[in-house]
Amino acid sequence: MGGNMKKITTIMSIMALLFLSLVNANAGSLTVYTAIEAEDLKRYAATFNEDHPDIEINWVRDSTGIVTAKLLAEKNNPQADIIWGLAGTSLMLMKSEGMFEPYSPKGIEKLDPKFRDGDEPASWIGIDAWVAAVCVNTVEMAKHGFSMPSSWEDLTKPEYAGHVAMPNPNSSGTGFLDVSSWLQIFGEDGGWDFMDRLHKNISHYTHSGSKPCKQAAAGEVPIGVSFAFRGARSKAKGAPIEIIVPSEGVGWEMEANAIIKGTDNLEDAKTLADWTISKKAMEMYNVAYAVVGMPGVAKPVEHFPPALLGAMIKNDFEFAATNRKAILAEWQKRYDTKSEPKS
Amino acid sequence: MKKSRDDYLTIFFISIIGIYILIALAFPMYAILSKSVENKDGVFIGFENYQSYFSNPALVYSIYNSLFISIITMVITISLAFVFAYALTKSCMVGKGIFRSIAMIPILVPSLLSGISLIYLFGKQGIFRDLMMGYDIYGPIGIIIAEVFYTFPHALLIIITALSIGDARLYEAAKVLRSKSIRTFFTVTLPSAKYGVISAAFVVFTLVITDFGIPKVIGGQFNVLAVDVYKQVIGQQNFEMGAVVSVVLIFPALLAFVVDRIVQRKQVAILTSRSVVHEPNKNKKFDLIMLIYCSVISVFILTIIGMCLYASLVTFWPYNLSLSLDNYQFDLMDGGGWDSYYNSIRLGCYTAFFGTIVVFTGAYFVEKSRSVKTGRSILHLLSMMPMAIPGMVLGLAYIFFFNHPDNPLNFLYGTMAILVICTITHFYTVSHLTALTSLKQIDNEFEHVSSSLKQPFYKTFFRVTVPISLPAIFEIGIYFFVNAMTTVSAVVFLYSSKTNLASVAVLNMDDAGDIAPAAAMGMMIFYTNAAVRIVYVLVTKKILVKFQKWRTKTV
Repeated sequence: MGGNMKKITTIMSIMALLFLSLVNANAGSLTVYTAIEAEDLKRYAATFNEDHPDIEINWVRDSTGIVTAKLLAEKNNPQADIIWGLAGTSLMLMKSEGMFEPYSPKGIEKLDPKFRDGDEPASWIGIDAWVAAVCVNTVEMAKHGFSMPSSWEDLTKPEYAGHVAMPNPNSSGTGFLDVSSWLQIFGEDGGWDFMDRLHKNISHYTHSGSKPCKQAAAGEVPIGVSFAFRGARSKAKGAPIEIIVPSEGVGWEMEANAIIKGTDNLEDAKTLADWTISKKAMEMYNVAYAVVGMPGVAKPVEHFPPALLGAMIKNDFEFAATNRKAILAEWQKRYDTKSEPKS
Repeated sequence: MKKSRDDYLTIFFISIIGIYILIALAFPMYAILSKSVENKDGVFIGFENYQSYFSNPALVYSIYNSLFISIITMVITISLAFVFAYALTKSCMVGKGIFRSIAMIPILVPSLLSGISLIYLFGKQGIFRDLMMGYDIYGPIGIIIAEVFYTFPHALLIIITALSIGDARLYEAAKVLRSKSIRTFFTVTLPSAKYGVISAAFVVFTLVITDFGIPKVIGGQFNVLAVDVYKQVIGQQNFEMGAVVSVVLIFPALLAFVVDRIVQRKQVAILTSRSVVHEPNKNKKFDLIMLIYCSVISVFILTIIGMCLYASLVTFWPYNLSLSLDNYQFDLMDGGGWDSYYNSIRLGCYTAFFGTIVVFTGAYFVEKSRSVKTGRSILHLLSMMPMAIPGMVLGLAYIFFFNHPDNPLNFLYGTMAILVICTITHFYTVSHLTALTSLKQIDNEFEHVSSSLKQPFYKTFFRVTVPISLPAIFEIGIYFFVNAMTTVSAVVFLYSSKTNLASVAVLNMDDAGDIAPAAAMGMMIFYTNAAVRIVYVLVTKKILVKFQKWRTKTV
């Protein structure tokens, strides 16, 4: 009988041990939260490890909305050591929540002033920018007999009704970037009026910013409002798309970094922050991104429309970050319901 | 009465499992309820969040949409599944085994895979896009077709069981009385299957209203409650509003659950010990019609899966149709790469292992122990609760509860362990019921005898109960594994970079527009689950022969 009891205790302790093995902690490395494209992560970590082989990077990658939500959810009990490559407006929001460890990395003076937090020491630093653009599938356009659009205004032409996709600003960083840029380009009233007319042409709103372009690449919609970087990638893969830079100007958003307050590995986090704005890092970003934080480094990127850089609007990030909640609520009230008939 | 050592042990084990369920279910649910009446800084604000929810027409409209698709899907699925089940139980058509296996396929894949398949079939570049006659697959039409595919096997299993218990003596009586077959159907078949059909209807309703993957993938602008939770939390970082929508989502699910329980209570005395199992008679015309019907349904199911298989192999749909394995290079896509696939297998194994032990032990004490009556009924009640909680709500509740800085279990957050706990809890009830059914078949005399022989109960448990119940134990293990592989809703808020999952990867790859790789990952889940099922059938055949010999009559 005692033997049986022993058996039970043994089994239970083995179970407990097994269970505990599922809970793994990691020390001596950095947990890095990011929204950088998955295909670039390995390259980034490898390039960083060329200079700092002793710091291991553990990526936590997801789309902008999800990473932002995660960070805010974990506010009182942070899991991340540092953010590397997340939308600037998200970081401004988090700065106002007091979530960052202010630190001006070495070489910050070489950055374009737009690409750093104005405070001293800086709470966040920008590394590169992604720029809005429209992906247009030439095969599908020809099939429908459509003319190519050249401006935002063109997208509201009645002939495109039901043939345009764009990201939902409530779930996508790119979607919010589009909406906030239209409000700046056309003014508050003009912007909403433009979106009212655009809404009539929208086939569907997607949850992610890259999806409209990938759908345009696959012919699922002829026109996808997305960002230039994604379009260039799809074009490189052989998709029959043109990347249109609307003539009124395009919104953009920077990808930025910040050290999380309360990290238990501040030294390594600072080392990484220093490195992410080095010239070597900027050249690394430039492989895919046409706009980087350090002026004079960027070379033209293949398949990027050359007109893009000149079309970037003077983006008022303060406006975007402060009014984010109100803009999203207004957008949802106007467009995020099926009750309105789609024409 | 003096308590024996057995009693103390029983109390001990019931408490352990009770505490587990409290931690894994009750406390998190309390956390989400309290979150819904707090503002961003955690201050109690009463029903203010609910007020702002109900004053937002876009959000409230989702309630109608959710109810609409749930009810339509319920009607379609139950009708289709009833005829299918009828063919399997009451006809003499050929190929019943194959039809049954095909009908089970949807259980082996994540729900959203059917949505992806429909895009390839009926989307703007779909093979059969002309069949849509100008209608858009993105929206209620797509959601309902995909949900029917997803819920079909769940309804079918319940209705088959219900139809199988029809008493042959009633059919004989009907025949003697020269009742027409239509009349027999309405007076004998339908009444005896009534409770099963009602139960299946509620299961389908709950599955649809709480499903998040399908509307996310193919819903277009058609908002439903489950997607709203996701959008509030992920898109707007509005956790309080996410909690509010969750509470709203619990109501219909809870209602369906309660009504179903009440209905089930009435179904007791249909199958008595004197019942005789009904064997169908041959009827050429009827059998042929049923054969055609089942073939049509099977073709539909195989088309959905076949389309995904094909799409996952096409290099660049629709402009480069050459076949390649490009889409299986998950490491180049969002969603965590091949690691997420291996993580899913780990999650499946852990969930099957720990889940089966917890559930079976819990069910054993509920059914077999003779002491602590109140404790047992509380445990049973707690075991039934997970059924009424939508997976997403559970996941969100886990964030609130486990990531609270003051929670001593905080270290679980972001680990594989929390995914295992969440998945076990999410699928607890069905496993609990399977275990109970199996345990009820074992005569309580075993316990009485061993107790009068002064044997501790755990000896009986290991020597009698477990070997006899092996089929049910394996069944529960497989159920946990398959569901851990396919679930999205329960884990979508809980995975971390080290615990990315294949099912979530399908969602995220589709979200990023990488729809072909999403189909490919979905197919990997399908291959794995199908292989596990096949191995299970082969292995159990061998093992069970050894342990289950007593079931077959010896001459």
